[in-house]
Amino acid sequence: MRRVVSVWFPAFPTDRLRQPESPREDAGPRIVVAGRTVMAVDAAAAGLGLRPGMKLAQAQVLVPGLSVHDADPAGDAAALSRLAEWCLRYAPLTAADPPDGLWIDVTGSAHLRGGEVRLLRDLVSRLNDLGWTAHAAAADTPAVAHAVARFGGGGSVPAGADAMADFPIEALRLPAGVLAGLRLMGFERVGPLAAAPRSPLVRRFGTIVALRLDQAAGRVPEPIVPAVPRTLIQARLTFVEPLLTAEAFSTVIVRLTGTVCGDLEQAGLGARRLDLLFERVDGSVQAIRIGTVRPVRDVRHLGRMLDERLDQVDPGPGVEAMRLIVARAEQAGFTQIASPLTQDAPPGLASLVDRLTNRLGETRIYRIAPVESDVPERSERRVSPLSGTGGDWPADWPRPVRLLNPPQPIEAMALLPDRPPAAFTWRRVRHRVRHADGPERIAGEWWKRDREWTSVRDYFRVEDEDGRRFWLFRRGNGSDADTGDMRWFLHGVF
Amino acid sequence: MFTSLAIPDKPGSARSAIPEPPPATRSRSIALLRERIVQIERMHAKGSAERSFPLGIGAIDRALPTGGIRLGALHEAVSAGPDTEHAAAATLFVAGILARTGGPIFWVLRQADLFAPGLACAGLTPDRIVFAEAGKDVLAVMEEGFRHAGLTAVVAEHTGRLSLVASRRLQLAAEQSGILAILIRRSPCFDDPALHEPTAAVTRWRIAALPSPPALAHAPDTPGLGRARWRLDLTRCRGGEPGSWVVEACDATGRLGLVSGVSDRSAQAA
Repeated sequence: MRRVVSVWFPAFPTDRLRQPESPREDAGPRIVVAGRTVMAVDAAAAGLGLRPGMKLAQAQVLVPGLSVHDADPAGDAAALSRLAEWCLRYAPLTAADPPDGLWIDVTGSAHLRGGEVRLLRDLVSRLNDLGWTAHAAAADTPAVAHAVARFGGGGSVPAGADAMADFPIEALRLPAGVLAGLRLMGFERVGPLAAAPRSPLVRRFGTIVALRLDQAAGRVPEPIVPAVPRTLIQARLTFVEPLLTAEAFSTVIVRLTGTVCGDLEQAGLGARRLDLLFERVDGSVQAIRIGTVRPVRDVRHLGRMLDERLDQVDPGPGVEAMRLIVARAEQAGFTQIASPLTQDAPPGLASLVDRLTNRLGETRIYRIAPVESDVPERSERRVSPLSGTGGDWPADWPRPVRLLNPPQPIEAMALLPDRPPAAFTWRRVRHRVRHADGPERIAGEWWKRDREWTSVRDYFRVEDEDGRRFWLFRRGNGSDADTGDMRWFLHGVF
Repeated sequence: MFTSLAIPDKPGSARSAIPEPPPATRSRSIALLRERIVQIERMHAKGSAERSFPLGIGAIDRALPTGGIRLGALHEAVSAGPDTEHAAAATLFVAGILARTGGPIFWVLRQADLFAPGLACAGLTPDRIVFAEAGKDVLAVMEEGFRHAGLTAVVAEHTGRLSLVASRRLQLAAEQSGILAILIRRSPCFDDPALHEPTAAVTRWRIAALPSPPALAHAPDTPGLGRARWRLDLTRCRGGEPGSWVVEACDATGRLGLVSGVSDRSAQAA
């Protein structure tokens, strides 16, 4: 299933004035004009009542001291294509959508960012940090994503949902003349327009209305022509006959990776991210992307990782060209891989980590490193699988092998202030405590949160009559109500 | 088949011995048969079948056909009773075994409920383990681990049923790689019967918690916790006999201790 993200910059020309490459000294509200008409206003100007489409004279009368800039369509287009290249960090297929948008085809790459919703959030917040006001939406077709980004406030549209019906007809990307004509005919929303008979519409407006409706429904493909920076190492092969089978693709991958790895070696680089684009006969482009944890230029390793992703490719009527692009490269030194004098060095874990990262996602493969905190939940953190963990936990304090998150409430009876419970009930099963050890008092970390200034947990290790061992704690020190509400929890199993 | 297998060098005497074999001949035939079975089994393994890793307790190591936990083979660890859900005792048992090996370990989880400080308490330090959270793909990710030399062991936590085909696949992959493979079997059900179904694993260990003796044997009323105690059942063992032992749980270096069956005294005192 194809998933496309559309990004909309509502104030692209004025946002560009704030970018570092075109710093302007002037303060105050800014507008961009084309001829004598206001084309874009920034947030300050919009707050003062200025709107795109006003006459410049009217705007200057309304807001004295307005800073006016001439429109620069060529500069805008260049900035937009630079942004499209920047978005390659999210997916291999990105393109500018002039005058004020971007396309990103996130099919099969959203999980690397923890899902579509998190990808969109990350994208918008990074763009905001760079000084761009942006709205982003993800949907099955470019048309729906485009409409939701501009008219629906952005967000992820579930697959197969009919999101367009309630949008105004402006959401269909129609020329102004056609829109006016449709309004004259009484069409306000997309839903009734989609349900109306096609032939009168085609006779009156040409095929554009039908085409836009079919693109929104996914009945007509709308390819995204990818933006590929020319400076990257890449290799492309075109075929006399369209290719269809996975075996054929594997053969091509071997040749492409061979070429690319040769170029990488000459440049002293290793690939961190590779995009393989399949240019189909029908003009659409499919892509797979792989990432590595270390710079790699090993033909076999890269080829195998690309091969594993081939099941995501839909060759459709056939693939006429394939292009392998090194989207991100880093310096990689030369390593000696064999020597007759020494034993084989143990192979590193990098290849295992690479393959699993591409399969499971970046956050799902990790090492656990100790953190200097006595609060159990905070005493570990995940680090990259190839980094060291450094240090160890203090060995004298017994800890369970399974930690229940969150701690499960139990009913327990114990003598205050510091006796272990005589029995406790967990999930309606009563456990009589035969032996116990404790309390181990763990105080809250007041330097992290004010609420933990006084809070205390008293931990007990207990063994029930079957010999099972549990790690229980009581919120509070048993005498002072400020330290906790004296409720009991099961936090772990030994 | 029987005669040709049993006494390949003396076919004539074998036929005459069939009606009433003297005890010495019979035990010799059985020994020869066993040897032959082991040879057939080894034809699939490539040189890794011999290597094994002793548990460090003579009684248990003697019960295992290779004198210890075989490397390049699949082993299962199951917790008994209500602990099947969290498999805490089984995890500690596995951590204890691994703590005494060296080298990197690949640990495949279904969800992240493992607490690394707890493993460190059994001597398994965090710098040796790479974790993968595989969701439903636990077995596939485990198999991926066998393709990478340089690992000492691959551990996976599998919930629910394990088919014979899937376990055979893992066993073959482990044999080819020579990597120690341990599967911690979990189930949300109390003593799930699916955990007792046959699989292709070489051994299956069942770990049940037992009430531990008082911390101080001479003063049983003193509060405190001594070393935990397990009943360790070897419920399946290819080429060997099942067995059952009462042991003291892993200490800080991962070593088990055999409990002498005489009294309540702990192993150190005995």
